[in-house]
Amino acid sequence: MHELSIAMSIVEMAEEESERRNARVEAVHLKLGALAGVVKNALLSSFEIACEGTTLQGSRLVIEDIPIVGYCPKCLSQRTLDSLQWFVCPECKGPVSELIHGRELQVAALEIQE
Amino acid sequence: MTSQTRLVEVRQNVLKHNDILARELRQRFHDAGICAVSLVSSPGSGKTAFLEKTLTLLRPDFHVAALVGDLATDNDAARLARSGAPVKQITTGTLCHLEAAMVRDALDGWDLDKLDFLFIENVGNLVCPASYDIGEHLRVVLLSVTEGEDKPLKYPTIFNTADVAVITKMDLAEAVEFDLAAAQDNVQRVRPGIPLMKVSSKTGAGMDEWLHFLALSRKLSSFGA
Repeated sequence: MHELSIAMSIVEMAEEESERRNARVEAVHLKLGALAGVVKNALLSSFEIACEGTTLQGSRLVIEDIPIVGYCPKCLSQRTLDSLQWFVCPECKGPVSELIHGRELQVAALEIQE
Repeated sequence: MTSQTRLVEVRQNVLKHNDILARELRQRFHDAGICAVSLVSSPGSGKTAFLEKTLTLLRPDFHVAALVGDLATDNDAARLARSGAPVKQITTGTLCHLEAAMVRDALDGWDLDKLDFLFIENVGNLVCPASYDIGEHLRVVLLSVTEGEDKPLKYPTIFNTADVAVITKMDLAEAVEFDLAAAQDNVQRVRPGIPLMKVSSKTGAGMDEWLHFLALSRKLSSFGA
């Protein structure tokens, strides 16, 4: 259960940004890859806890799920994988080992009130 | 003046701080000529026995050392010290994984130039360690025959972030009716192309191939950080 420490890092990052801009943060937009190793629901409740007593209290965490996208060396193109349990190209069923998306754990944007 | 809400782009990785430290560590290891190898697995999969055997077998030819993460005890460090290699315990308290800063702090006082291999045993956990780069060149995921063949499908993230997979406790395979072909297939499903080895730390079976792989990895890691 490392979601709380991740939530605290997100809050810290947003607080720095809000101080720098002298603005209040209403929402944090996060890109979360399916392979980031972070459980969405655990992160959402951890975020609430991490916000308590900070300037982010009452703000929202908006999570954009990023699917796994890999490069299929046989089809020579990017493919969105159907399953976390099977890294194969959905078209040709060949193995996909090179990943392009899916590990994201990134604060993409902030909704701020100035 | 009316206040208004607007969206500003930030685009910062949440684990940025850890990632930067991990990159710095990898560079330090590279400069010192060290191949850094981390071990991840569930609790009780035989990480410590495997590492003790590895340290013992490498010692005649290489300078080796180990860091070992554990929530509360230093039992593992005491076991590993029997190999004669320098060993340091990182007690993580309630933290379920190692982070780059903990590895950096644990290295304080060690002369890295004198080492060829540094092994870092992560906390026994197949979930949390997947998200954290700790500066290793090689991440080894262990799967013991007693855990069942479908572990890779249950924890695809950790298997997918690993560079090599090792099936341990092979001496018990028959007793627990371990389906090796199914396990190998499941590992390849979640991480196509990953090198896979089978060992028994007890009998020493399969250790030759593993040591050969390590020596080769050390040569490769010296080419690029």
